[in-house]
Amino acid sequence: MKKYVVTLLNALGVFAALLLLWQILVLLLHLPAYMLPAPLGVGRAVVARFPSLVASLAITAQEAAGGLAGSIVAGLLIALLFAQSRWIRRMLYPYTILLQTVPIVAVAPLILMWVGPGTLSVTLVAFIICLAPIIANTTQGLISVEPNLIHLFLMHNASRVQILTRLRLPHAVPALFVGIRIAAGISVIGAITGELFAGSSKVGEGGLGYSILYASAQMETDYLFALVVAATVLGFVFFFLVMFLEWYFLHNWHESARTMSEE
Amino acid sequence: MVISGVPQVVLSNVSKRYGSSPPVLQQIDLSIAKGEFVSLIGPSGCGKSTLLKLISGLSSASSGSILVDGMTPVNARETISFIFQDATLLPWRTVTNNVGLGLELEHVSREIRKQKVESLLQLVGLTHVAHSYPRQLSGGMKMRVSVARALAIKPRLLLMDEPFGALDEMTRDRLNEELLRLREEQNWTAVFVTHSVAEAVFLSTRIVVLAPSPGRIAQQIAVDLPFPRTSVTRESPEFESLVTSVSRALRGVQSA
Ligand SMILES: Nc1ncnc2c1ncn2[C@@H]1O[C@H](COP(=O)(O)OP(=O)(O)O)[C@@H](O)[C@H]1O
Ligand SMILES: [Mg+2]
Repeated sequence: MKKYVVTLLNALGVFAALLLLWQILVLLLHLPAYMLPAPLGVGRAVVARFPSLVASLAITAQEAAGGLAGSIVAGLLIALLFAQSRWIRRMLYPYTILLQTVPIVAVAPLILMWVGPGTLSVTLVAFIICLAPIIANTTQGLISVEPNLIHLFLMHNASRVQILTRLRLPHAVPALFVGIRIAAGISVIGAITGELFAGSSKVGEGGLGYSILYASAQMETDYLFALVVAATVLGFVFFFLVMFLEWYFLHNWHESARTMSEE
Repeated sequence: MVISGVPQVVLSNVSKRYGSSPPVLQQIDLSIAKGEFVSLIGPSGCGKSTLLKLISGLSSASSGSILVDGMTPVNARETISFIFQDATLLPWRTVTNNVGLGLELEHVSREIRKQKVESLLQLVGLTHVAHSYPRQLSGGMKMRVSVARALAIKPRLLLMDEPFGALDEMTRDRLNEELLRLREEQNWTAVFVTHSVAEAVFLSTRIVVLAPSPGRIAQQIAVDLPFPRTSVTRESPEFESLVTSVSRALRGVQSA
């Protein structure tokens, strides 16, 4: 815990020094604010536009969280299907890779066409880019159970369902969390990308992506910076939330979560 | 523990091959009476684990017949427990819930399960770690949990595949003594695979020496050391001479 505080203070110190350096550079070089706003300018933009900034942040957070949650449910179900047989995996797995390699910026306009602009489209974009890592990791977790553990269950005449619920699923939880951690990071990117194409432009419905488009069109560079910072913070919050859940569910028994609590 | 003349496990002319490769086991005839403690010893790869898998029904023989209590191994499973070399505990379950796994899978009610697990933990001296997770236990303690889990279903036949092979010698000796103590109190027949001659002599009523390629029975040695056996048993001249003759038999099949 003490180590945590020291690490945090170090990080904050570096951050403060960088801000200071940035402020000084902007002042010394007389850069115009539309090229590179000074930290103080960004701060002023945050304060001035606070309500709309928070509103955009909330919308993007909702879309990203919705996409992530949906991908966890769907990914788990698909992984359960994949775990049933090697034959199913061989037949369907290539499509998971397709899911990962298809450029999302090319798919987003399609979704916009099919579903129409708005939160639903954006959530779908986030959902699609979150799905592959969840499926891949969970499937791996479900099928990588040590053979002797299966033998142990068979010796007790365990049913297929018992082997699934009492052995494969709990065994796959750490791998599921690896998938969720990756997905959490990219869910925010997915939502913002989605908003660039399919975000709503109605007042009070535009998320960070839409606001970023708006701010860059208006050359409000200081607000643009504020939005970028907000998006980054959102990604961090998601990541740490997942880390916490992972620790909560796994610290009793799994190494990955234990080392987190000891570091 | 009384050894009766009634055969509990009977293998007649059993052979096993995987796919089209040469047979792993050939023409095994082996009859194990109720109450016996039989050790299988032989060079690595000679088919000891395969033999246990056949008796448990986890794998099926290519030819010949295997009967456990007069039934096919799969039908006799309710009465068989298998202890593996690694403790094979479920890391997400506490010691209590690991020991109760078999009972749970066989739909034994929660109250009865709790009673049985508690008395078993007492029997193997694990009461103080009942609520610990496997990662908090030493190798020897994990193996004790594994033994307790195997005994929980009141097996009539206990199959063990090098259960103490990964432990240091002192821990292994202590667990050997505990295993024999448990055998005095309970009613199971044992088939035990080991690499250690001393362990085989200490535990067994009979030692079966297997020869490799293809796996077959080379020699059987009766161990008539009196029970109860304790650490003193290991110092007796009878023990020493049995170790010598089993070692000699083992060298014979290894060089062949
Ligand atoms: N599932 C399997 N498929 C193919 N060959 C196997 C399998 N299991 C064991 N074998 C082979 O059978 C032989 C005996 O193995 P095993 O019974 O594990 O020997 P031991 O336990 O005596 O060391 C080895 O040559 C091993 O490679
Ligand atoms: Mg083996």
